[in-house]
Amino acid sequence: MSAIVLRGREPWLRGLSLLGFLVVWQLAAMAVNKPLLPAPTVVLSSLWNDLTEGSLLYHLGITLARVAVSFLIAMALGTALGIVMGRYRDVDAALDSLLVLALNIPALVTIILCYIWFGLTETAAVTAVALNKIPTVIVTVREGARAVDRQLMEVAGVYRVSMRRTFFQVYLPQLYPYLMAAARSGLALIWKIVLVVELLGRSNGVGFQLGTFFQFFDITGILAYTLAFAAVVLVVEATLMRPLERRLTRWRP
Amino acid sequence: MKNRLEVNIRRKIFPGADVVVVEEFMLTASAGEFVAIVGPSGAGKSTLLNIVAGLDREMDGDVQIDGQPLHVDGLITVRIGFVFQEPRLMPWLTVMDNLMLVLDKSTDSVERIRQLLREVGLADVEQSFPNQLSGGMQRRVSLARAFAMRPELLLMDEPFLSLDAPTAARLRQLLLTLWGELHPTVLFVTHHLREALALADRVLFLSSSPARVVLEVPVQLPRPRELRDTGIGELHDHLLAQYPELLSGLVEEEKQSASDISDSDNRLASR
Repeated sequence: MSAIVLRGREPWLRGLSLLGFLVVWQLAAMAVNKPLLPAPTVVLSSLWNDLTEGSLLYHLGITLARVAVSFLIAMALGTALGIVMGRYRDVDAALDSLLVLALNIPALVTIILCYIWFGLTETAAVTAVALNKIPTVIVTVREGARAVDRQLMEVAGVYRVSMRRTFFQVYLPQLYPYLMAAARSGLALIWKIVLVVELLGRSNGVGFQLGTFFQFFDITGILAYTLAFAAVVLVVEATLMRPLERRLTRWRP
Repeated sequence: MKNRLEVNIRRKIFPGADVVVVEEFMLTASAGEFVAIVGPSGAGKSTLLNIVAGLDREMDGDVQIDGQPLHVDGLITVRIGFVFQEPRLMPWLTVMDNLMLVLDKSTDSVERIRQLLREVGLADVEQSFPNQLSGGMQRRVSLARAFAMRPELLLMDEPFLSLDAPTAARLRQLLLTLWGELHPTVLFVTHHLREALALADRVLFLSSSPARVVLEVPVQLPRPRELRDTGIGELHDHLLAQYPELLSGLVEEEKQSASDISDSDNRLASR
């Protein structure tokens, strides 16, 4: 019963915390009263202008596309490698120190090297983002692959379940919690890195726009883009990640 | 007749531990025979079933069905149903999908599963997930799964352990009904002597590790039998009187005495 009540309240609580944030921001802006911290009303009207007359949608779209492509590449390669490393001790031993190295290389280094080696191209940009994310996906998925229940795999073996069905219905579901965790933290990381990549080597996208605003000291513009960006993240979380997670874990009591 | 099972394990050592778990083990089950295997805990009974099922391949010996090897290149050549000690259902699949997993995706399969679920009394939880079912219900699903693909060989590893007596009795009845329909060859591992006597055509007694057959007792009492039937009780008491250490895997006389006991068992049965 209490769970049902809470579920009804949840959207309100989420909305309320956002509203509280806006109020604090407005009060702070009124207190400071300088162009360094524009009030949310100013930022919102600038956001509206960028949306209707400016090129915000175009840049946001470009950035979203880069996020989506590099996210999918990173998840696919990271999952495959994570499974192999979790399953085969020898492969794990061989690749583990490389993995630790990859985990600790600063994102900026990967980005700069990719641009130098592959030129200031779209491929270089997406590769740089994916390379930054793959190691963390590997680490998470490897943990899941190590925890796979051998008893359930034996069931599939005895009953002669085909390889394909064994993978999708017996093996992969055991990795879902790990994949969800990797996807969540992955999106958060990729949003951030994509902007840096755009700032350094692309001539469009949110990161590029923020760079331009920075040069003109256009704080209102920066905040307007940030706001638009935050809204997209929240929408993705609410319409993709949470429903997906609910669907994948609906069997839990 | 098909599905005559021959198991011949010369030696099975647990890797790393250097412990001989099974040694000079021979078992023959005729087609459609219900063989119960009774032995002390830790005797290697589960290992035995795993070897027959091909889950454990590191041993010296062979398993044949109708004179042909049961495992060829890591593949099993007959349809095996395996009821494990735990239900081992996929928690993320519904009851229906858990059973569909072992069948091909056809409308015939759906019909077969519906019919089986009706037989085990679970028709109305077809779309439930295992976590929403009681332990007894999960075991019924696992039993239905073992019969779903019409097994030629059925392996059962203490499947009714830790169930309350009435539930276990119902499941035993259910097992015999399903077995009666398809007549797979059955290896039923248990440490519960009365259960073995109530179910099986023949009971094999194992020694403690390394496991080896120390006594073989045919049970010719008419079916259906209940755990509390006087025939079962008499046979049970008679066996324990003659071999007080039987359930610890010890038999004083050598194996030829098996014929004596089966004679006396015949007398018991015909009385």
